[in-house]
Amino acid sequence: MRTRGIGRRSILGGTAGLLAAPWVARAQAKTLRIGMQSIFSGPIALVGTSSRAGVQMEVERINSAGGLLGRQIEIVYRDSKGQPQEAARVARELVNSAGCELLLDAEASSGAFAVQEVVRDLGVACIHCNSETSSLTADPKIRVPTAFRVARQGVHDAIAGSAYLAEFANANKITKWATCSPDYAYGRDTTAQYLQFFKKFKSDIEVVTEAWPKLGQPDLTEVITKLIQAKPQALFTLLYAGDLSAFVNQGNVYALFSQMKVACPNFDYPVLTTIKNLPAGIQAATRYIETFPDTAANKAWGESYRKKYNEFPTNWSWENSLAVQFMEAAVKKANSTDGKAVAAALVGMKVNSPFGVDGTITMRDDHTTIGYAIGWGQTVPQPPYITSVKPADWGKILELETEWKKQQHYI
Amino acid sequence: MDLDALGHCLATAACVVTQTTSGLIVGMLLFLVAAGLTLIFGVLKVVNFAHGTFYMLGGYVAFTTLAVTSSYTLAVLAAAAAMALFGVLFERLLIARVYGSNVLMQLLICYAVVLIFDDVVKIVWGPDFHAMGMPPAFQVPPLFIAGGVVPPFYAVLIGIAAVIALALGLGLAMTRLGKTVRAAAINAPMVGVLGINTTLLFAVVFAVGGALAGLAGALAAPVRSLSPGMGFSILIESFIVTVIGGMGSIAGALVAALVVGLLRGFGTIGFPNFTDGMIYAAMILILVFRPQGLFGRRTA
Repeated sequence: MRTRGIGRRSILGGTAGLLAAPWVARAQAKTLRIGMQSIFSGPIALVGTSSRAGVQMEVERINSAGGLLGRQIEIVYRDSKGQPQEAARVARELVNSAGCELLLDAEASSGAFAVQEVVRDLGVACIHCNSETSSLTADPKIRVPTAFRVARQGVHDAIAGSAYLAEFANANKITKWATCSPDYAYGRDTTAQYLQFFKKFKSDIEVVTEAWPKLGQPDLTEVITKLIQAKPQALFTLLYAGDLSAFVNQGNVYALFSQMKVACPNFDYPVLTTIKNLPAGIQAATRYIETFPDTAANKAWGESYRKKYNEFPTNWSWENSLAVQFMEAAVKKANSTDGKAVAAALVGMKVNSPFGVDGTITMRDDHTTIGYAIGWGQTVPQPPYITSVKPADWGKILELETEWKKQQHYI
Repeated sequence: MDLDALGHCLATAACVVTQTTSGLIVGMLLFLVAAGLTLIFGVLKVVNFAHGTFYMLGGYVAFTTLAVTSSYTLAVLAAAAAMALFGVLFERLLIARVYGSNVLMQLLICYAVVLIFDDVVKIVWGPDFHAMGMPPAFQVPPLFIAGGVVPPFYAVLIGIAAVIALALGLGLAMTRLGKTVRAAAINAPMVGVLGINTTLLFAVVFAVGGALAGLAGALAAPVRSLSPGMGFSILIESFIVTVIGGMGSIAGALVAALVVGLLRGFGTIGFPNFTDGMIYAAMILILVFRPQGLFGRRTA
C-alpha cells in the first residue's frame, strides 16, 4: 500500500513536473508577459483604449529594438469594467494564471485601490498609471513596497491650479467665485482641496454659489441658470468629458461665458476637439497637449500617436507610455523582473521624457512621480486649443505638498 | 437648504423668468420621451424599458444626418422617421411575440435591446462622447425678457414640444385613429372583435412612441452630449413622469413632466443638495396618496 501510494504520488509529481517545466522554461526564454488591466467597456472605455494605445507604442518600440532583457514583451489585457472587485480579481488572475511577471494598472482610482491590496499580497512589481488620488501613495498605510504611481497626483494639480488662479484673480480683481462640480467623491473632495489652497494664496475670495450636478446628468440648464443668477465674477468647475462638453454647449446657449470668467483643469483633447463652438478665454489646465512642454520631443510623440491611431492622445495615453518607460528602465537596471529588485531600481529613478517640464521625470521615494508637465493657459477655438501656457512652479508644489502631508499625518 | 435664495429668486422677475424657462425646457423634452412611453403602456400594457434607446438612437441619427446634409431640420425629421421605423420593427419582431406573457419576458427583451444597441452605437460611432454643436441659425445671443435670460433655441424647442402635445391631445380626442387607440387602451380584444386591425394599430402606437423619442433625442442633441448608454438617465426620469402623471395618460405626462422640470428649475436654488431627492419624494407622495397618478384611472 505504502509503496504504491508513494509511487503514485511520484508519478503524478513527475508528470506535473514534466508538463510544467518546459512551459516555465519556454516562458522564461521567450516572451516577457506584462499584465495590463483597465476599463475597456462601458461609457468610460476611453480610459482603457487610450491607455492601451500609449502602452502599445512603447512596447512596439522596445520589441523592435530586441525586447527587454532579450525577451519580447507580450501585453496581456484584461477588462475590469470599472468594478473594483473585478479589478482585484483580474490582477490576481494576470499574475497567478496568465503568467504575467509585471503589472500595469490602468484602472481609475476605485480599481487602483483594490489592485493595490492584491499587489501587497503577491509582491509583484506594479505601476498604477491612471489613479490621481493622492492617498494611494502618499498615505504610508496604503503605500505598498512594490507598487508605484506614474500619473498626475491630485494634490499637485490642486496646488498648481490654485496658485495660477489666485494670480489670475488678482490680475482681474476677482473675488466672487462660483463652483460647479460633479456630485460624487472626486467632485466634492477635489473642489474642497482646490479651495483650501486657493484661500491660502488669496484670502479674500468668496464662494457665492455652488452647484453639484449628477455625473452624466443630461441637462444642466437649471445649473447654468442658477450660476448666472448668482452673478459670480468667475466660475471654477471640475466637470469633465461628456459632462463638460454638455456644460459648454448649454452654457453657450445662455451666453454664460461672456457673463463670467471660467476656469477648469479638465480640458483635454477629447473635450477640446469635440466641442464645436469652444469659447475663447477659458482658463484651462493642460492634461496633455502637444504644445506644452513646447519641445520637439513632445510634439513628435503627439504627432506619431495621432498618425498611428488617427486620434488625439489623452492624458491617460502619456501616463501609460511613461509607465512603460519607467518599467523598461527599472527592469534593465535590476536585470530582473523580481518585484523587490524592480522596486529598488524604481525608487529615485529619473528618466528622460517628453512629458517632463524640464525633459525629465523623477520617481520619488514615496513611489509617485514628480516633475511632469503642469501648465495653465487660455482656450482658443482652433488648434492648439490652449495658448499662453504658464508652467507651474514645482518648488512651490513640493513645499505645499509637504505641508499638506503633515496635516494629513502622512509624515 | 437655502430658502433665502429661493425667496429672493421668487421675488425677482429675472430669476423667475430664467428658472421657469429652464424648467420648461427640461420638462418639455422629458414630456416627448414620456409621452411615447405612456402611450405604449396605455394601449399595449407593455412597460417599454427600451424607450431610452429610441431617444439615444434619435440623437445619433440626427448627429450623422446633420454631418452629411448640414440641415438641422432634415436631421430632426430623419431622427423621428428612423425611430418610427425602428419602433415598428421592434414591436413586430420582438415585442409582438411576448404580448400577454410574463412581464419578466418583456423586461428581458427590452433590456437585451438596450445592451445590444449601446454596443451597436459604440461600434458605429465609437465609445467616446460626441457633441453635435448648435445649428448656425441658433448661434445668436439669448433674449432678455424682464431681465431673465431666454435662449431662442430653447424658446423654439418649447414651442415645438407644445405643438406636439396639443396635436397628440387633439389627435387622441378628435380623430378616428385617436378614438380607436383610446378604445384599445380600455379593451383591445373588443376593438379587434369589432373588425379593426389591432396588429396595425399596435405597430402605429410604437411608431408614434418611437418618433417622439427620436424627435426628443434630435432636439436635445445640439446641447447635450451623445454617448452610448445616454438613454438610461432619461428613461428613469421618464418613468418618474409616467408614475406621477398616471401610466397611460398623455395629459398626465405633460403636467408631470412640467412639474419635474420646474422642481429642477427652482429646486436647484432652494434645495441644491436635494434636487433629485425632491423629484423622487414627489413620486413617493403620489404613490402613497394617489397611486394611479394625477391623471390615471383607478383600475378595478
